[in-house]
Amino acid sequence: MKYTQGNYIISSKQAIARQIYSFEISCPEVASIAQPGQFVHIRANGFTLRRPISIGGIDKEKGTLRIIFEIRGEGTEQIARLNQGDLIDMLAPLGHGFTVDTNYKKVVLIGGGIGTPPMLPLAKIYGSTATMISGFRNAAATILQDDFAAAGAKTILCTDDGSAGIHGFVTEPFKELAEQGGIDAVYACGPMPMLKNIAAICKEKGIFCQISLEERMACGIGACLGCACRTKRNDEEYFAHVCKDGPVFNAEEVLW
Amino acid sequence: MADLSVNICGVDFKNPVIPASGVFGYGREYEELFPLSKLGGIATKGTTLHLRTGNLAPRIAETPAGMLNSVGLQNPGIDHFIESELPNLLTKDLVVLANIAGATPEECAEVAAKLDETDVHMIELNISCPNVKQGGAAFGTRCDMAEEVTKKVRAATKKPLVVKLSPNVTSITEIAKAVEAAGADAVSLINTLLGMRIDINTGRPILRNNVGGMSGPAVFPIAVRMVWQVANAVGIPVIGMGGVSSGRDAIELMMAGASAVQVGAAIFTDPYAPVKIIDEMNDWLDSKGIASVKDIIGTVKPW
Repeated sequence: MKYTQGNYIISSKQAIARQIYSFEISCPEVASIAQPGQFVHIRANGFTLRRPISIGGIDKEKGTLRIIFEIRGEGTEQIARLNQGDLIDMLAPLGHGFTVDTNYKKVVLIGGGIGTPPMLPLAKIYGSTATMISGFRNAAATILQDDFAAAGAKTILCTDDGSAGIHGFVTEPFKELAEQGGIDAVYACGPMPMLKNIAAICKEKGIFCQISLEERMACGIGACLGCACRTKRNDEEYFAHVCKDGPVFNAEEVLW
Repeated sequence: MADLSVNICGVDFKNPVIPASGVFGYGREYEELFPLSKLGGIATKGTTLHLRTGNLAPRIAETPAGMLNSVGLQNPGIDHFIESELPNLLTKDLVVLANIAGATPEECAEVAAKLDETDVHMIELNISCPNVKQGGAAFGTRCDMAEEVTKKVRAATKKPLVVKLSPNVTSITEIAKAVEAAGADAVSLINTLLGMRIDINTGRPILRNNVGGMSGPAVFPIAVRMVWQVANAVGIPVIGMGGVSSGRDAIELMMAGASAVQVGAAIFTDPYAPVKIIDEMNDWLDSKGIASVKDIIGTVKPW
């Protein structure tokens, strides 16, 4: 089985910031095969299209997944109305996740806004070898810093307005780390301009970099070809699909 | 258990439910969820003579009770389909309708000629794709062009030929009659309705192609109306589609005159939709004591 569809029990629900919710979902068969960087495709009652949401936690022993999502529109608002004990309809786990190598001595995880949750399963694996750089609009929008610290990662916090951590974008502290050298891999998820800048720095320094992309999506499994992403493979331009070929891509493949 | 089998243009379907072209790829992704043999048939992704990369993203937008798409016929080309996808599908015990498209009538005919040499069961000629600049919908919106492309494809193949019609026309019955006269063995309808959404915060259309094809439950009543009109206007079978998302919808479209139904956007909401629709049709027929699904085709009693 690569993926399955079913109704699963929400075992806990927390509001972790304004408009941002964390669900723990009891789904042993999905949790047992889920990989960091994959996503779940959630049915929003009354809507034709499912909503793709990245996996923010995988507990194979408890048989649970964690998802952390922001209300972005009517569909995610509908999903946010679900409560602990309710059933959630998921098609999961989907997509191509991050390449993980436990021999790495130093990795940098970078998340912008609601792009931070998919970094959490990586932080759990890499522990103290990871530095997590998070960027948010302001202090009130800041999430998951305790979770990253609990996983053993060093945390660097940036906000656009300086209300918490460093005043500025994640690229500034990342540039400093990149200058110091010794980074085996960089993993990033967030707004496209952020990813583009990080990919450029990694290219210049010759650092292996993987990024997680998002795109408006229909089927979620690579059949409908809706979520196209311009990439380069074997020197040929190729429309890859975020749901199946991604959401994680090697940064050098992506045509910006 | 009701008899769900139907026969269209001499081809036997074990049941009348077919995933619509463009939704289901070449079946591989959904085979992870259920055996394709449960389906009556599959309408494969629209395939052209050469590889097409398709449109820039975003290609998808949500609409009330539906969606827009502007994929732009991304496909690997007919040779790849014949070599790498068709052989797999032909082992799956379902009817394979190879959906084809092209920028010119000659290109469509060339694709059909290549399929004529295979064991594919039927050809569904798309003269109604709203997402490509040349060909596509242009063939489907004028009777003379619909007739010309159908004639050229007809001459290129002896396979049963289904012509897929566009609803973006003044009179779909005139187009249907034109393709019937040009040699089509059946028609399928409706393709998507041309639509548009705008992000009011940016002033930009959501789709990179500005406009796209609308599908989903919102278009279902239009599909019922058009299937009914076309079924009354032509003597060839009609395959109905457009917003079908339950067994009741499928029954309704067949009462309007469809000999089979295709299921599209509903699969995005629930990947098991085609399988559930088959079960629901059977349950409804049993509950009414109707022995065969064939007995409901075109049975609407208009006022």
